[in-house]
Amino acid sequence: MKSSVYYKVKGVSINLLINLFLISVAITCIYPLLWMVSASFKTQETIFTDFSLIPRHFHFGNYARAWMEGGFGRNFLNSIFYTTSVVVGIIIISSMAAYGFSRLRFPGRNILFFIFMAAMMIPIPGSFVALYVLLNKLHLRNTPVGYILCMINVGLSTSIFLLKTFFDKMPKELEDAARIDGCSKLGIWWHVALPLAKPVLAVVIVFNALNVWNEYILALIIFDSRQYMPLQVALQTFQGEFVTNYPLLMAGLTITALPIIIVYLLMQKYIVKGVTAGALVG
Amino acid sequence: MRRLFCFASVLLVFSVLGFIALSGCSSQTAKSANTITVWHWMTDRDPAFQELAKKYTQKTGIKVNFELYAPSDAYSQKVRAAAQGQTLPDIFGILGEKRDFASFIKAGHILNLTSYMEEGQGAWKNKFFSKALAVNEFSSGNIYGVNAGIYGAPIDVMAIEMLYNKDLFRELGLNPNRPPETFAEFIDIGKKIKEKNLQGLVSGWGELWMIDCLANDYAFNIMGKDKVIATIRGDVPYTDPDWIKVFTLFKEMRDSGVLVEGVVTMVNKTAEQLFASNKAVFAFNGSWCLNVYKGMNPKLSYGVMLPPKASQARPMSIWGGAGSSFMVNARSKNQEEAVKFLKWLTDKDQQVYLADTTFNLPSNKEALSKIPPILTEFADDVELSTHPNTWGVSEFPAVIETLDKGLQSIVIGEKTPEQVASEAQAVKERELAKKRR
Amino acid sequence: MRIKPTLENYTFVLPAVIIFSIFYIIPFFWVFQLGMYDWDGILPTKTFVGLANFTEIFLHDPSWWQAMWNATYITLIALIFQNALAFLLAWACDREIRAKNFYRVVFFIPPILSEIVVGMVWRFIINDVDGANMVNRLLVSVGLGNFAHNWLSDPKTALTTVALVHCWKGFGWGFLIFLAGLQTIPRELYEAARVDGANAWQAFRKVTVPLMIPVVVLVAILTVLGTMQAFVLIIGLVGGEFAGHTSVPVLRILASMRGSSRFGYACAQGITFGMVLVIISFIQYRFSKRARQIT
Repeated sequence: MKSSVYYKVKGVSINLLINLFLISVAITCIYPLLWMVSASFKTQETIFTDFSLIPRHFHFGNYARAWMEGGFGRNFLNSIFYTTSVVVGIIIISSMAAYGFSRLRFPGRNILFFIFMAAMMIPIPGSFVALYVLLNKLHLRNTPVGYILCMINVGLSTSIFLLKTFFDKMPKELEDAARIDGCSKLGIWWHVALPLAKPVLAVVIVFNALNVWNEYILALIIFDSRQYMPLQVALQTFQGEFVTNYPLLMAGLTITALPIIIVYLLMQKYIVKGVTAGALVG
Repeated sequence: MRRLFCFASVLLVFSVLGFIALSGCSSQTAKSANTITVWHWMTDRDPAFQELAKKYTQKTGIKVNFELYAPSDAYSQKVRAAAQGQTLPDIFGILGEKRDFASFIKAGHILNLTSYMEEGQGAWKNKFFSKALAVNEFSSGNIYGVNAGIYGAPIDVMAIEMLYNKDLFRELGLNPNRPPETFAEFIDIGKKIKEKNLQGLVSGWGELWMIDCLANDYAFNIMGKDKVIATIRGDVPYTDPDWIKVFTLFKEMRDSGVLVEGVVTMVNKTAEQLFASNKAVFAFNGSWCLNVYKGMNPKLSYGVMLPPKASQARPMSIWGGAGSSFMVNARSKNQEEAVKFLKWLTDKDQQVYLADTTFNLPSNKEALSKIPPILTEFADDVELSTHPNTWGVSEFPAVIETLDKGLQSIVIGEKTPEQVASEAQAVKERELAKKRR
Repeated sequence: MRIKPTLENYTFVLPAVIIFSIFYIIPFFWVFQLGMYDWDGILPTKTFVGLANFTEIFLHDPSWWQAMWNATYITLIALIFQNALAFLLAWACDREIRAKNFYRVVFFIPPILSEIVVGMVWRFIINDVDGANMVNRLLVSVGLGNFAHNWLSDPKTALTTVALVHCWKGFGWGFLIFLAGLQTIPRELYEAARVDGANAWQAFRKVTVPLMIPVVVLVAILTVLGTMQAFVLIIGLVGGEFAGHTSVPVLRILASMRGSSRFGYACAQGITFGMVLVIISFIQYRFSKRARQIT
């Protein structure tokens, strides 16, 4: 007979192991972040000589300089605009499509879904040139609309795939109940399916927000004028072909990381709240 | 859920408003005859360019828009895409090899500047270092099938050389004003570096082209230009003893410890950090590095040297010539104005200003007398420089890649020089056969 | 009467299909067509070569297949290591543990960080020459000094080291999706299992695993896609292909496009690469259906 003490010790040591494991992974995650923030307070001369995480002198001016020299003000707004419009667009379009693929019947459903999935897999190396020529013909080059549509397309397949997987998993009973109550298909999608899919919607939002926020190559290629450029393009100017201004780069990177961290903080509570009966009310 | 959508839509409305407000006040950048648009990728020179553009507007009333698109990879894609869409600006730079340059010309994107260069007994042409112009020049009967002429205006020149740290030289018991001149001396220093547990030569050999560059320097030194070109033509095999000698130099460098460990996975920026922070005795780097070192460690005491000669029979030669050049769009309506602006940009005063503020070597000979002293150390060697874009022949990219990767393999001790030579030759023969077909 | 609901059903996928056709299908066919041309990406004239580009890839381009193998190797490591890590952490954070909110935030830092920072910091941690060399110091201090060496510039360990850093950078996504998946498992099922006398391990096997299979497949497919196409981190860590030891398909495609100006060939490589990915993912998808039937 094993005593209760045995189980207690066993329980405590397992918990200890789990915590130790979690903490050690957490340290490797936090360290680079601290390194980046600390480097952003150093100078070009000290950044590779002063390795401590707490710099001897704090150069707050790096942030002001990064903001001014990078012309961040406008680019920052541009990026917020692109990110929100692309994410909202993707959420609506992809959740409708995913719901359709998961729940509704129509001829060609499987083939269409397969094509979307295949698209997710096939990277098209020359697509920048193709998109450029295409947008030029549509008179959408050098316009925010053209860029937003392209970016919606980029995130579409993966989002549909993510959402469909979760729609497939969801119990059908609630939808049946709504149908009996006289809800239309669109109504069921909006009032039943979407609230149920909150955790995965949050994942989709974070995924696409990060994607759009970090994108710069397409923007650089299709926009000619600086006034339309997103934040990441401004950031690239600190990282020259030959000369890199590391403290400014790190300050810029810290500034650009902040909004994404905020989006994640806002979203992660939806991810973990999970599907409870209460969610249906929201 | 509702709160979320509320939040998102408020954000959206807010940023739309901001967006409209911001773009509303700056949309007068429409193209007119009085505006010249220039596309470039030179991050470090952008502030100086903007300053010069202002000066030009004050002087002539013509507005010049310098648009910076960095990093250079994305810039290069943008220029190619714009060429397809025929939306190139009045002035632009192109990145790539001579063959790409030729394609742009053949596609009718680049204006032939020869007549402007020759005007008034070659007033414009004679301002430049001949080495700088050579990169932009196509001779008659060139292999690319381009009409002979000069198609670009160089705005600076560069040279890729070796640098040595004077403080570390003292630590090694060497004379800081007498860098090694022969390869044997260089290797000997390697042994001392190993004894003292210092780091030897740093360079960005993870990015292939820098290792390619040093190999070419030694090929010129050991066998001379004619034989190198004969090899590219296919008349001399890479298995020739002279080529093996070139490859063996890399093995000797590795064995002596003169190379820093991990040099083949090093990016040039890391190499620059190490050299700037007094951690490496030698560096192999281009003239742009002066600006980098100045920023990272103004107290760094270093000298410029040629790569030490492996053979006394021939002079050492280094890669160099035009650093960056600007081309005029042959389809632009503002051609004349664009050419005038380039003439002004390459004038003495502007060249001195660029050299002073950005630490790049001027392409204008007259500007040479007024530039910072460490720059002149580089400038003195520009006359020894050569560049594949001026040879009139092009090696197959696949062969270059095999050679460069092979050199990396030699440095990590994976392959012998003979193996690399025969691999390169095999690829060469395959490509030649394909071309004949 | 039957037509109307079908049309209504189509409206759900219509917006996606329209955007997709314009911005994906058209460029795709353009690229597919270019795969059969010899073109440098600049000249107005292209030379039709039929399937010559594809035969070259399959028969005369060993560096391409080495890159494919390298990517497969990284992907296998990511599939096993990265996903196991992600699942374990998600599972731990799904339970009632202290400071779980903290962990949930912290584990998502690596995906947010820029590749520039990740490359610099990991070089600093791993490298002898330009870094603090922490890994080697740790090895020496625990008496494994013999193993200490230059991880990134030794051809034997370079690829594995790169793969592990990639796993570290990517596990946050798996963590997030797994967590979302675990959260959608109704708590009542665990309660019911406990009432039936199942211990923690049995509950995990009977409740968690079967319900999580679709999510595992989802994460696996996304991992394959993300890892097969990774290249920025590789450039940041080892500067490029490192004599072929760290070359991956995307780097090869970029080399054809930029280095040798063979735009047509690059397109053909892209198509070939995509086809391989489609086949792998299709197999995974099929496999998951089979697995779902078994459990």
